Amino acid sequence: MVSQQLNFSTGLAGKENGRSTVASNRRVVGLLLTVIVGSLLFVSAQPRLYKAFCDWVGLYDIDRAERVAASAIPARPVVLEFDANSHEGGLLFRPEIKTLQASTGDIINVTYRVENTRNTTVIGQAVPSYGPQHAGEYVRKLDCFCFKQQTFAPYEVREMPVVFVLNRDLPSDVNTVTLSYTFFEIPAGSVDKPAVSMEGRT
Amino acid sequence: MQATQHAAHTGNHDDESHGHHPTGLMRWVTTTNHKDIGSMYLWFSFIMFLVGGAMSLIIRGELLAPGLQYVSPEFYNQMLTLHALIMVFGAIMPAFVGFANWMIPMMIGAPDMAFARMNNWSFWLLPPAAILLVASMFVPGGAAGTGWTLYPPLSIQMGMGMDLTIFAVHILGMSSIMGSINIITTILNMRAPGMTLMKMPLFCWTWLVTGFLLIASMPILAGAVTMLLTDRHFGTSFFSAAGGGDPVLFQHIFWFFGHPEVYIIALPAFGVVSHVIPAFSRKHLFGYTSMVYAIAAIGLISFFVWAHHMYVTGIPLTGQLYFMYATMLIAIPTGVKVFNWITTMWRGSLSFETPMLFALGFLVLFTIGGLTGLVLAMTAVDIQLQDTYYVVAHFHYVMVAGALFSAYAGLYFWLPKWTGHMYHEGLGKLHFWSSMIFFNIAFFPQHFLGLAGMPRRIPDYAQQFADFNLISTVGAFGFGISQLLVLVVVFKAVKGGAKAESRPWDGAHGLEWTVPSPAPYHTFEEPPAFDPAEAHA
Repeated sequence: MVSQQLNFSTGLAGKENGRSTVASNRRVVGLLLTVIVGSLLFVSAQPRLYKAFCDWVGLYDIDRAERVAASAIPARPVVLEFDANSHEGGLLFRPEIKTLQASTGDIINVTYRVENTRNTTVIGQAVPSYGPQHAGEYVRKLDCFCFKQQTFAPYEVREMPVVFVLNRDLPSDVNTVTLSYTFFEIPAGSVDKPAVSMEGRT
Repeated sequence: MQATQHAAHTGNHDDESHGHHPTGLMRWVTTTNHKDIGSMYLWFSFIMFLVGGAMSLIIRGELLAPGLQYVSPEFYNQMLTLHALIMVFGAIMPAFVGFANWMIPMMIGAPDMAFARMNNWSFWLLPPAAILLVASMFVPGGAAGTGWTLYPPLSIQMGMGMDLTIFAVHILGMSSIMGSINIITTILNMRAPGMTLMKMPLFCWTWLVTGFLLIASMPILAGAVTMLLTDRHFGTSFFSAAGGGDPVLFQHIFWFFGHPEVYIIALPAFGVVSHVIPAFSRKHLFGYTSMVYAIAAIGLISFFVWAHHMYVTGIPLTGQLYFMYATMLIAIPTGVKVFNWITTMWRGSLSFETPMLFALGFLVLFTIGGLTGLVLAMTAVDIQLQDTYYVVAHFHYVMVAGALFSAYAGLYFWLPKWTGHMYHEGLGKLHFWSSMIFFNIAFFPQHFLGLAGMPRRIPDYAQQFADFNLISTVGAFGFGISQLLVLVVVFKAVKGGAKAESRPWDGAHGLEWTVPSPAPYHTFEEPPAFDPAEAHA
């Protein structure tokens, strides 16, 4: 056994005896394979290590700082009111519910219903407004039908969602927030082609 | 299992030593001889060098003038991606593995590589990988157009050419790992009696460290591209932000492999130059021990600097500062090497045959490339120069004028040993001077383009960059045509020419020069006597 020990420093581990070279070659390969396996394990652990590291230094979560700051303010109940108007009258537009008791910081999901009363295709876009007006700064929309133009087939009925969070730092004198949408129709022919194709991409 | 193969091989050795080996094509397919395999590696790398070079000329041709003239932007992206992958994995790395196969057993007095059959397999994995890479141009959607870094999200969205590229990278990685196992084992176990590690020729030291870099970093790349593959086809989201992953993670993993890769290419080049400069200075290498420690230090530090490629990904200031200083630290061992080479020449009896010219060209141009690397290491500067032609100029100075010139120095240095004939000195010098001049015409103006803000990887550019791009393209075509001279030189030396002595260079020392030229098919079947006083030449 002693003669088969790896002896890198003196060179030629037993060239006189072919067998001991084979044995020490095997030993070196064993050593190198552990390096390779170690590297493979290291790379397969990367996604988890990376996430843990980023969580630790606060890099991964892009709104972590904001959440930490917001969580310092306690949630409080507010009344939400939903309103809908249609500018041209061709679209029947109304919220599924008129009022809602909610808390600041909740994710709120409500649905609006639109009916095209005409026998032609209508393109329209909803424009939001808030009451009181400065409450708008505290409404953070995650998804809204008002983000893009909508195309309605003749007599089509569609239910469209809006998802938002009311920030906890809503001023304490505001106890009721009204979310109002007005649907504006875009007259046929006024939309030039590039604008439509831009819309298709977003 | 490999050891059993080896035992079987040594058992058959008696038959082979009398020269009974298959002839014709099967000789090359079945060979386990380190010299045959070394030659195949070198020919393969030269063919891939020409393929990758042709692609670079398509790129430079398109950049001849502003506007789009010859190729589509998509094809341009594919060309620059394949050019990089083929040059790195197909040309430069196999070239130095070829040198290692040919020279390491002869330098340390071993009869062959430790695992001769695995050696055959390491080589024969390369052609399928090359075919996959080249074939990816002809599938729907074409080859990968992501750049050699294969960054997601683009690499997740690419067509099936990307899958072929991923498989090619897997195969190339396996080949490199097997080659490294072989080289490390050969160096550690098969040295002539009396040749201690610190008496070993420096080329072997550079390959020992390179081998470890390869086996540690290649599995990292394999893991990264495997994750890309599962993101593409198996619904995982390692790098896809839509599924909760992070594309920046890929950059971290890629460059954790990618930066050692730079030294995988550079270290063997350092090794070749450390043989050529002493031989033509007729002095021993200055500071052998410091050279060894410098190699080891470069190898080690190369694993801790990866994010200097990622200064603009939003890493925090502390991270930027750490990676900046760690990167600058590499200049110290590299500087040790450069000064040792210069000191080796100091008061030497210099002569300027082609190998020496290429080694000196390497020394000058690699140092320029190293200095621009230090400029890029500075975070504040890099944020300005990131993804400009300054970066392109920098890495071509270290990759082409560094690694390729060193490979040419080695080729001209050892060609008499391989072929038994001296090469044509006039043609060799013509090759050097045309390469040197055209290289600088091609790449020096790119520093100015980068400083002026020309982005890389874009087939078109603003009018004010036109003049320097024209100069650069002229230089690139001149450089490309000059490389065909190598073919002429090598064919002439294979066919005939002045008979080479066993030691054609009077300043060269080492066991490889004690065997006749051309080197017989089998050398050192009995361990040679090694005189430690001869070491470090």
